[in-house]
Amino acid sequence: MFEKVWARHVVAEGPGGHVLLYIDRHLLHEGTTAAFGRLAKRGRRVRRPDLAFATADHYVHTSPAAPGPDAEGRRMIESLARYTADQGIVHFGVGDVRRGIVHVIGPEQGLTVPGITLVCGDSHTATHGAFGALAFGIGSSEVEHVLATQTLWQKKPLTMRISVEGRQATGVSAKDVILAIIATIGAGGGVRHAIEYAGSAIRAMSMDERMTVCNMSIEAGARAGMIAPDETTFAFVEGRPFAPRGNAWAQALAYWKSLPSDAGAVFDREVTLAAADIAPTVTWGTSPQDALPITGRVPDPAAVTDAGRRESMARALAYMGLRPGTPLGEIAVNRVFIGSCTNSRLDDLRAAARVVKGRRAVVPALVVPGSGLIKRAAEAEGLDRVFVEAGFEWRDAGCSMCVGMNGDLAGESERVASTSNRNFEGRQGKGARTHLMSPAMAAAAAVTGRLTDVRALGV
Amino acid sequence: MQAFTRVTAVAVPIDLPNIDTDRVIPARFLRKDRNVPEYASFLFHDVRFNADGSEKPEFVLNQPGFRGAQIVVAAENFGCGSSREAAVWALGAYGVRSVVAPSLGDIFHQNCFKNGLLPVILPGDVAADLRRQLHAQPGLSITVDLEAQTVTAPDGTRHHFDVDAFRKEMLLSGRDEIGLTLGYESQIAEFEARRAREMAWAVPPGASV
Repeated sequence: MFEKVWARHVVAEGPGGHVLLYIDRHLLHEGTTAAFGRLAKRGRRVRRPDLAFATADHYVHTSPAAPGPDAEGRRMIESLARYTADQGIVHFGVGDVRRGIVHVIGPEQGLTVPGITLVCGDSHTATHGAFGALAFGIGSSEVEHVLATQTLWQKKPLTMRISVEGRQATGVSAKDVILAIIATIGAGGGVRHAIEYAGSAIRAMSMDERMTVCNMSIEAGARAGMIAPDETTFAFVEGRPFAPRGNAWAQALAYWKSLPSDAGAVFDREVTLAAADIAPTVTWGTSPQDALPITGRVPDPAAVTDAGRRESMARALAYMGLRPGTPLGEIAVNRVFIGSCTNSRLDDLRAAARVVKGRRAVVPALVVPGSGLIKRAAEAEGLDRVFVEAGFEWRDAGCSMCVGMNGDLAGESERVASTSNRNFEGRQGKGARTHLMSPAMAAAAAVTGRLTDVRALGV
Repeated sequence: MQAFTRVTAVAVPIDLPNIDTDRVIPARFLRKDRNVPEYASFLFHDVRFNADGSEKPEFVLNQPGFRGAQIVVAAENFGCGSSREAAVWALGAYGVRSVVAPSLGDIFHQNCFKNGLLPVILPGDVAADLRRQLHAQPGLSITVDLEAQTVTAPDGTRHHFDVDAFRKEMLLSGRDEIGLTLGYESQIAEFEARRAREMAWAVPPGASV
């Protein structure tokens, strides 16, 4: 599948195996505005404003009660609005109900479809690979390059197929599947690779769940992660505002059905996991690979033979304030965050609400929908009332406490049960300690005040 | 872009694997203009400085001999995580010209090339041996030679590294990549014409062709 999409987008061959790759969609957010300035300074124009789409998510405040963004953040949001207006780029800005996290609104608006190349100046762009698109994150210079030329010089990555076979047990979500995958291949396991997720467990997932899996490809080192499009994909895409219609839909569908990897397709690396072996999972350290079943204990660096690994584990435990041997289910948390491009879609909010219903949050807890439209849909189902009645804060769409740049922060040494994607040192605030988990597990932590096996709550 | 040919400079060992770009430059500095004079102080800020701005003596760049190093010798998967090019800008502002490691985060790796900073991939045992030599005697220099594709260790051992012909040429010349690509205008236009015929569905409705 990767090869098919790649081959279809080669504009020219360069030296040393590099190709000039055509880009079908370019998503922009206010964190990438520096590229506009550099482009303008050199007197260059945006080649295809019709293929670029923008929204504000990283710096936007999600609480109407909180003070507005600081001057620098506000300038970035305004600069994006002004620039996109000047260039004729569609912008889902502040005040537009369609605004939201860039990786949530692409699929929601039908901008993300199978068989295209899609880039964004954000490492979680692999999310869009859930549709069988070749989607990857790029840096600021590459953003400028795409704006100017609608292409990128790329070297073909290696390919890896990760097959998850069988059925997950009750209480085990897509987040647990991807955390288990990262723990298996390591945070650097996918470096220089494009991943294809396959197998019956992946096939059985909804689009929301597939996006959660692909989203964290970069946490396994891979810039891109893809899932073959199928009827689930087509049903999701059809009828969305920017999806193909009429004849174009029929033409697209015929092409999309040709995308799945052929039976004899060869990958540079193959990995297989049994879905039944995956339990509700939490991270204990400062890399997403530091993940274990909730039934486990904090590991002991002394039991590790590799010196580098031992040192890095010891440092992670010191930062996290954890002692080897502590049962993970006994770790008390100070805060809960449900949101981010990994887990802020309707399926995620429903899963969390099922756990929360009829219970009370015993620590401060935040729910941040991925887009204005998801917020509206959740409210139509009454999910907001479930959260608010349980003492959760119900916020406006944005990246919020995942990125640590919009005012939603955890304090020094505060421990957060979080549905986001990175437990790096300082990610959610200087000195903040992040435990990654699924929405249902985060909801369980909110109502018990500690990391909790959601299966024990009988949901 | 600043060209890269050959650099001989003090090298600093960074031993932990999976150093993410959040650690290289924390998120709160991403809103800063990269031309502000204090940009170099953002590099590794939270592991390099205490809350009062004083240096953390245990951090390697604060130790005698390593201060001002222009070459970083790292462990596996250095630069993983966020796509923030500011990680490369902060390294550049500090004066770093090359990062040597067994593997690098894919996006960080690409971002290096765009900023005249040479990423060098060496086998894990070679990189580990380089770090060992640097720890043994802080302040030693190594040489990174792009033309010859070699890294010369403090003990004089020379190690070959691979680099893509395209990236090598761009770095040696310091050429502007967008300028180069704009020279492919006819191929891009031709591709777009074919795309409009064969993949008309790939242009979102409502958007002009």
